[in-house]
Amino acid sequence: MNLRRRVMPASGAATGAPALEPLLVELARPGRAGRHVRSSEAAEIPDAFKRRAPLRLPELTEPQVVRHYTHLSQLNYAVDTGMYPLGSCTMKYNPKVNDRAAGLFADLHPRQSYRTTQGVLALAYELEQILASVTGMDFVSLQPQAGAQSEFTAMLIFKAYHAKRGEAAQRRRIIVPDSAHGTNPASAAMCGYQVTTVRSDARGNVDLDALRAALGPDVAGFMLTNPNTLGLFEERVREVCEAVHTAGGLVYGDGANMNALLGIARPGDLGFDCVHINVHKTFSTPHGAGGPGAGPLCVKAHLRPFLPKPWIVREPDGTYHYDTARREERERAAASPARATSTSGVEAARPKAEREEEDRGPEGLGDSIGTIKPRLGNFGVLVRAYTYMRTLGEEGMRETSEDAILAANYLLARLRRRYRVAYDRVPMHEFVLTAAPQKKKGASALDLAKALIDEGFHPPSVYFPLIVPEAMMIEPTETEPRETLDAFADALLRIADRLDDDAASLREAPRSAPLRRLDEVTAARRPVLRWKSPS
Amino acid sequence: MLAAIGVASVDELLAAVPADARRPALGIGPGMSELEVQAHLERLAALNTKAGDGPFFIGGSIQRRYIPAAVPALALRGEFLTAYTPYQPEVSQGTLQAVFEYQSLVAELLGMDVVNSSMYDGGSAVAEAAFMAVRLTGRKKVVVATEVDFTYRRTLRTYARGPELEVVEVPTARLAASARDAACLIVQHPDAFGTLVEVPPIADAAHAAGALLVQVTEPHACALLEPPGPLGADIAAGEGQPLGIPMSYGGPHLGIFACREALVRQMPGRIAGQTLDAGGTRGFVNTLQTREQHIRREKATSNICTNEALAAITAAVYLALLGPEGLRACARAGVARAQALAARLAALPGFAVANDGPFFDRFALRSPMGGWALRNALLERGIQVEATASHYYVPAKQGGAGRSGAERTTTYVDGRRAGSDDVIVQCTEMTTEDDADALVDAIADLARSGEAVGA
Repeated sequence: MNLRRRVMPASGAATGAPALEPLLVELARPGRAGRHVRSSEAAEIPDAFKRRAPLRLPELTEPQVVRHYTHLSQLNYAVDTGMYPLGSCTMKYNPKVNDRAAGLFADLHPRQSYRTTQGVLALAYELEQILASVTGMDFVSLQPQAGAQSEFTAMLIFKAYHAKRGEAAQRRRIIVPDSAHGTNPASAAMCGYQVTTVRSDARGNVDLDALRAALGPDVAGFMLTNPNTLGLFEERVREVCEAVHTAGGLVYGDGANMNALLGIARPGDLGFDCVHINVHKTFSTPHGAGGPGAGPLCVKAHLRPFLPKPWIVREPDGTYHYDTARREERERAAASPARATSTSGVEAARPKAEREEEDRGPEGLGDSIGTIKPRLGNFGVLVRAYTYMRTLGEEGMRETSEDAILAANYLLARLRRRYRVAYDRVPMHEFVLTAAPQKKKGASALDLAKALIDEGFHPPSVYFPLIVPEAMMIEPTETEPRETLDAFADALLRIADRLDDDAASLREAPRSAPLRRLDEVTAARRPVLRWKSPS
Repeated sequence: MLAAIGVASVDELLAAVPADARRPALGIGPGMSELEVQAHLERLAALNTKAGDGPFFIGGSIQRRYIPAAVPALALRGEFLTAYTPYQPEVSQGTLQAVFEYQSLVAELLGMDVVNSSMYDGGSAVAEAAFMAVRLTGRKKVVVATEVDFTYRRTLRTYARGPELEVVEVPTARLAASARDAACLIVQHPDAFGTLVEVPPIADAAHAAGALLVQVTEPHACALLEPPGPLGADIAAGEGQPLGIPMSYGGPHLGIFACREALVRQMPGRIAGQTLDAGGTRGFVNTLQTREQHIRREKATSNICTNEALAAITAAVYLALLGPEGLRACARAGVARAQALAARLAALPGFAVANDGPFFDRFALRSPMGGWALRNALLERGIQVEATASHYYVPAKQGGAGRSGAERTTTYVDGRRAGSDDVIVQCTEMTTEDDADALVDAIADLARSGEAVGA
C-alpha cells in the first residue's frame, strides 16, 4: 500500500491533485501531546469500574493535527471551491454571516430555563412564522433534524391522526411515486406502514389513474415531492391531493425542492396537508460533508394537535415559554404553595381551553406524538437559516427561486444539442438528462460524471431518479453566475466530443483527482471499517 | 439568458404552476444588509443568559466543555463545511478519511468493533439501537431503565409508536429481571444522575434471555471507566456533543452508534470503509450501502440520509488534539470537582447526596426545600442547575408526595420514578473553584434563611 504524491496531467481546469495524507495513527508517536487541558487532580473511581482496556488513541502535537486536517480538507471538493450541481441537494453558497450568527447562540444549554433563553425562543417563534408563511401552512415544528426525520415525524402524525378518527387499524398503507426519494418509502416503513409505489406518466407527473386505482380505505397517505425529482412541477397537483383526500388519506410534501418555490408557489395553497423544509438546501445552511441539516415540519391546522412537544407560547407581554415547562412549574407550585407566584399570575391570563389541552394525557402531551428531538431541534442550524431568511426578505426569496429556475433552464438550453433530456418539459430549478445514448457509444452516466471531475467540476447526481435510465440530475442553483454556467456547459459538451473520439478515455476518468476510481465492491465484500490500533 | 432559453420572461417558465397560486404574497417583510442582520441577531442573543455568564452546573448528555481553538478552526474549514455526502469519493477523500478516522477513534474509546459515521443525536441513536435490536431478535418489546436520560426515553417512546413497539420502563435495579421476551435491555452507565452501574450482570441477563444489551454511554466517561465493549454491550449509543461540539441550545450534535462486528449488516446509517483505487492506492468510500434507503428504499435498515458528518469530523479533531492524556485530564477534572463539591454540599445540615452508589462527574443533591424550589431560588441568584423534576412528567396528583428529604421514598408510577425532587450538579473541567464556592455559599445561605423552603 503506497501513499504517493502525484501531479497528474489535467485535461481541463484542474492542474494537479494534492498529496494524500497518512492516517492519524501513522503520524502519532508515544508521548506527544498538546497542552489544551491539564489536571493533576485524582479521580477516585472504585476498582471494579476502572477502565482496564488500554486507551490507544493517537498521540500528536497540535501542529501535526492542524496540518493533517488542513491536508485532508484540501482533498475535498466543496461549494466554497467550485460549482457543485448535485441534483436534489441544492448546493448553493452558504453565506458566512450565518455561521457567525450561529456562534452567538453556541454557549446555551437546551435544559436552561426559558427565563434565561428569551432570545432563543423569540428567534424560534419568528422562524416558525416565516416558515409557515413561505409554505402556506399554519403551524411548524422545528424539532426534526433532517428531512428524513421530518418524514418519519409526519408518518407518526398521520398514524396519530387516523387513530384519533378510529381508522388507524384500517389505514396501513402509504403510497409513493416511483420517482420518490428513497427516504420516503424508508420513513413510511420505519413507521410500520406498507408501501405501494405508483408509476409516473409520460409527462413525468404522477399517473393520476394509477394513483386513483391504488387509493382506498386502507391508505393512510401519499408522499409527493413537488417539483418532483425530475425537476418538473406536478401539472395536476391539486387533482392529486384531492384524490387522496377523497379516499380519506393525507398528503405529505417532501420539501427537498422548495428552492424552486420561494414566493413562487406554496404547498399549502396546492392541497398538501404538511411539508418539510430541508433548511440545508433551501435556506443555505452548510451541508457539512453529509450533515448536519434541519428539517422543520410545517402543517395545516388539522394536524397541529399531533405535532411534537413542547410548543413555544408567546404571552401578550412579548415573553415566551414552553407549554410543557409551564405545566411542570404549575405542578411544583401546587406542591409548594409559597413559591412561584409570578407563574400563577401569568397562568391565570392564559385561555382555559389551552390549559386543559395541556393537561390531557398521561404525560401532558394531549394528542401530540411526543418528542422527536428535545425542544428546538438543531437550533444552531436554524439560526443560520433564520439569518439567511431575514437577509433575503420577501423579494430576495422570490428572486432566489427565479434565478434558480432561470439557471436550470439556461443550462438545459445549452446542453440540449448534445444530451437527451428525460422528459421534455420546462423544468423548474433542476433537470434530468439520460445518458442512455452515450452509454450505447461506450460511456455511462458514471463515466461522464468522473470525466467532469477532470474538467474541474463536481458531478451532478447520477442514477437518480430510478425511473430514468443513466440519469444525470443537474441543479445549478441561483449561486452561479452566467460564466460559470457556461463553463460547466462547455465542459459537458467537450466530454460529448471526447466520447465520439475516444470513449475509452472517459472510462479511465478521473485522472486529475487525488485518487482514481475506487473499488467499492471489495470495500463492501471485505469491510475494513477502522484502522488497526498498534498494540 | 432568457433569449437563450427562448422565452420573454421567467413567468413563461412557470406555466405549470396554477395561475391563482402563482407568486403569492408572503408578508415577511424586506431583506436586510449583512450589517443590519448581524446587529439584529446580536440583539436577540443579548436576551439570553449564556452558560458562561455565571456558575453553571447543568449537564447530563449535553455538557459544557472546553473546546480547543484548533477544533473549530479545522472542522469548520469551508472544504469540510460546504461539501456534501461523499457520493463522489475521488473528490471527497478529506471527508471520507476524516470519518474513517472518527470511526476508528470512537471504536477504540468505546471498546466496540464498529462505529457508524453518525446518527443525529443521542436520542435518535438510542431509538435506532432499539429498532436494530427488534430487527435482530424479531421481538417487539424494549426494556429501558428509568435512569436513562429522560430526553432519550422520550424520543424512544415517540419512535416506538411507529412500529408499535412495547416500551417498558423499569429501574436499573430491576432491568436484569425484566429480560424475558425483550429485544433488548437499555442501560445507561454512568446513569442520568451520574451513578455508576454494574453493567455485566445486566448484559449476562440480557444474553441469557436472547436479548441484546444496549448501553448508553458518554465519551469522557469511557476514558476512565471500563467501556461498553468489554462490559458486554452489543450496541453502544450516546451523545457525542462533549467531544468539542458547542452546546448550541441542543444541536447540531452527534449521535454515537457502535456495535459488535457480527451485527454490522443490520446497523443503521452511513459507514466509511477502506479500499484501493484503480492504481492500487489506499482510499476510502462509503460502504455496505445495501443497508441504506437510497438503494433499499422501504427495506432499508433506517431512513437516515443527511447525518451529522461535520460533527463526527469535529469529534475526531478534538480527540486527535487532546490525545489519551488530554481526554483523561478532562474526565478526571469533572470527577474530582464533583466529588469535592458533593462532600461540601452534603456537609450542610439537611442535605445529602441522593445517588444510590458511587457517582462519576455529576450527582443528585437532596435538599430540605426540594429540588425544584432550590433550582428556582438559585436561578434568581444567577446560578444554573437542573432539577430532577424536569426528568419526569409526574401526574399532578403525585407531585407533592414526600416533601421532606429524609422521609422521601422512591416510588414508581407508570414505570417512571416519581417523587424524586432533587437537583443534579454536573462538573467538568470548566467548573472553577469560584463556581463551586458560589454554589456552596448560595445554598448555605438559602438553607439558613429558609427562603426556598417556603417556611
